[in-house]
Amino acid sequence: MMDNKSLISKIIKSEGLYNFKRNPFAIAGALIILVFLFTAIFGPHMVSQNPYDLAQLDLNDSYKPPIWQEGSDPRFILGTDDQGRDMVSAIVYGVRMSVTIGFCVTIICMIAGTTLGLISGYKGGRLDSFIMGLVNVQLSFPSLLIAMLVLIAFGRGVWKIILALAFSGWVTYARTVRGTTMSEKSKEYVEAAKVIGFPERVILFKHILPNVMTPVIVIATLQIGTVILSEATLSFLGIGIPITEPSLGLLVAQGYIVLFSGLWWVSVFPGLVLMLLVVGMNLLGDFLRDEFNPRLK
Amino acid sequence: MLFYVIKRFIQMIIVIAIVATIVFIFVNMLGDPAVLLLPPEASPEELAKARAAMGLDSSPWEQYKLFVVNVIHGDLGNSFVFREPAMKLIFERMPATLEIVVLAMFIAALIAIPLGVYVGAHPNTFASRSILSLSLLCISMPTFWFGIVLILVFSVQLGWLPSSGRGDVVIVWGMRLSFLTWDGIKHLILPAITLAVQQLATQLRLTRAGMMEVLRQDYIKFAKAKGVSPHDVLYGHALKNALIPVITVYGLEFGGLVVFATITETIFAWPGMGKLLIDSINISDRPVIIAYLMLASMLFVVINFIVDILYTVVDPRIDLR
Amino acid sequence: MTNIREVRKESEFLLDVRELKTYFHTFKGVVKAVDGVSFSLKRGDILGVVGESGCGKSVTGFSVLRLIDSPGRIEGGEIIFEGDSLLKKSEREMEKIRGNKISMIFQDPMTSLNPVYTIKKQICETLELHGGLRGKEAHNRAVELLRLVGIPSPESRVNYYPHQFSGGMRQRVIIAISLATSPSLIIADEPTTALDVTVQAQLMKRLYQLVKSNNSSMILITHDLSLVSGVSDNIIVMYCGRVIEKGSSESVISMPAHPYTVGLLESIPKMTGERKMLHQISGMVPNPFEMPPGCSFYPRCELGQKICEAEYPRLREIEEGHYVSCHFAGRRNF
Repeated sequence: MMDNKSLISKIIKSEGLYNFKRNPFAIAGALIILVFLFTAIFGPHMVSQNPYDLAQLDLNDSYKPPIWQEGSDPRFILGTDDQGRDMVSAIVYGVRMSVTIGFCVTIICMIAGTTLGLISGYKGGRLDSFIMGLVNVQLSFPSLLIAMLVLIAFGRGVWKIILALAFSGWVTYARTVRGTTMSEKSKEYVEAAKVIGFPERVILFKHILPNVMTPVIVIATLQIGTVILSEATLSFLGIGIPITEPSLGLLVAQGYIVLFSGLWWVSVFPGLVLMLLVVGMNLLGDFLRDEFNPRLK
Repeated sequence: MLFYVIKRFIQMIIVIAIVATIVFIFVNMLGDPAVLLLPPEASPEELAKARAAMGLDSSPWEQYKLFVVNVIHGDLGNSFVFREPAMKLIFERMPATLEIVVLAMFIAALIAIPLGVYVGAHPNTFASRSILSLSLLCISMPTFWFGIVLILVFSVQLGWLPSSGRGDVVIVWGMRLSFLTWDGIKHLILPAITLAVQQLATQLRLTRAGMMEVLRQDYIKFAKAKGVSPHDVLYGHALKNALIPVITVYGLEFGGLVVFATITETIFAWPGMGKLLIDSINISDRPVIIAYLMLASMLFVVINFIVDILYTVVDPRIDLR
Repeated sequence: MTNIREVRKESEFLLDVRELKTYFHTFKGVVKAVDGVSFSLKRGDILGVVGESGCGKSVTGFSVLRLIDSPGRIEGGEIIFEGDSLLKKSEREMEKIRGNKISMIFQDPMTSLNPVYTIKKQICETLELHGGLRGKEAHNRAVELLRLVGIPSPESRVNYYPHQFSGGMRQRVIIAISLATSPSLIIADEPTTALDVTVQAQLMKRLYQLVKSNNSSMILITHDLSLVSGVSDNIIVMYCGRVIEKGSSESVISMPAHPYTVGLLESIPKMTGERKMLHQISGMVPNPFEMPPGCSFYPRCELGQKICEAEYPRLREIEEGHYVSCHFAGRRNF
């Protein structure tokens, strides 16, 4: 085990940190993610109302524009929707939902995909053909279409959307990890571990796994953004998050209905926040990918 | 070559059989279409009658056997709602979708490839960094939201372009086409841009990555050592190599847009396949959903086939077996 | 008077490199890949550049063509080719020189040809760019070139793609491309290293004949001193970006003065004489970011003294035309 001090000094001296500090885009990405994480964790305690508690809503407050427009209410900085929900509060709750779903789906995909990829690459044979057959079929369809299929079979719901997106998202990990495992498997250190007589489980998770983690982390960072967008899209189409729960995609959909009456803010702000969140994830993911991909240097 | 085609054909049948079975199981988990289609005050007898009419009164196993027999005969059933063959419904709407997808891919490639080459060749200039950041913004943008913003600006605020429908169409060989009338073109612009933006960003980034990879190769340096000009090194020597792996992605993206233009079509009320899909889902029109997904899987098999053929054209190292 | 001398000097030397400095600016610091290298080359001569990998010999070759990629940069010095300073030329002018008057043979034939174009296209590209040959003419010349480098049935092979050739055949194609325009200088960067031993000798012989019959000059970059000794007129030995010894082939091979050159020579197996263990040079090349202030070979040198650690030995002439950078060279017998 590496002791903490040498790990920290290793990070400080590393080329990665050096490049990170010199890359304003990566720093911006990291900052955006920090702000959103803070919002997701503490935001709901700081806003004025729980927009999804109907008792706190007042229909008299509906359709208030943002405060710089005429007829606004100082309590609602970004205005209100058709039910008198404060947009700021709704967005904060929506962000929490987005971030939660983004992380849950990614972690599930990461664990499932990596495990299946490891097994597939290490064992080979029929199991490998079966898993990779599944991966290839799935990869040839748009992942949203697959998630949609799962959702229309099981119905709407937070857990259902997490499962649906996980079901469509594990394949990238499996394919990448399988490839790396196959090349690691033939290396000497694995041969050595086999000769010593370590059980397969130990070889797989203690010896091979650390070597496949780099691409997995890169895929994961990039996937969080995609998952958040997918959730919003499915919710927008009315097959994702039920209307009783907060979701940025649903907010945009509500705004779309009233768009032609000039109530632009209900759609525009949640979408903007969504974009910013995903931009943050992608900025950091891009940096990590370039950093961990020696072929691009 | 012939052997390869036969192999591919068998693969296609297997994939379609698997997809058909999965789809059948999934779709049967949907709500009871009789309840959804009949008015709420319908009596149990009426419901039973409706189920019988739709072939839903037998056991799931019987239904599956009947389904398989029908599929082999090319019959995917009639839509519960339109009472027309599901395939016919989809094919009627296909030209509309193809129109916006082809236009979007075309716009995207036209801009993305030269920009991708530039950014790949000069990764550290200010312009490259700006283009790359912009493309990141495009990728991170929710498509549906971008469509809405376009409507807000160009339809609601400026009133320049229509926000829904296809406009005037011309019928050519039984296909309804928008791009032959001025009104149709105006209707095409916003949906096509909406679809194109994300494509553009994806293609740009792929081209860039491909170029960066290829430009490190020895044969590029050798070409420079031969005295080839920078322009010819980029477009003559590098681009062709860089685009080889991109072909697969182009193919899959095209297929993805055709079968899943749902979001754009929903926002712009564009009467294409994707709109049909989401409408059918909302009213549990099972035969249409099944037919749609089967068609989608077929489309992808065909696209994969075309991609493989294209590979042999551009990459002499690949030989079809 | 001085004018006439200048002109005479220019015509005598095809290439004159003076105090060339090529540095790479990485995040860890500056790597002085080529640090003050000087040499000159007469028309029709072959110059061997010898050294271990990483000693800057390839970078020197690429510097002459001005093909140094970022983060590398030519920081100083002069490269005079046919009387003109190459460092003062525009990129456009360089394009007209590259592949035309100076061509290059790369180390790895497996990766130096563009995989998506036929051999014919890749040869004809050079012919079109620099010779103005097109169509049938270019085709005929391409076939002729392939025959010249020893590719059997060139009429049909000219339409092959690189992947249809073996490594040795590909290197022949690359030699054909480099010779296409009858350049006055060929820079061959480890032209046979990536090939099978049996093919190496064959190919080297062919290359030598072609260069000589063409009346071209050649810079032969290699780590293999024995390869150079047979073909080159002069030799320079490089270590850590600097020239440590240079002179005519005979004098460098028969009377090596720098302990590093001696080590290199002793590590070549001999076919005659008593059998004994091959010599090896102990130790490692110093870290390029932490170069010792004095002689860069000092940490590995058997003769090392205090002065070597402190002071870099200047190149000095120990006999006519034979230079060495060592404080003790010529003062002791090895």
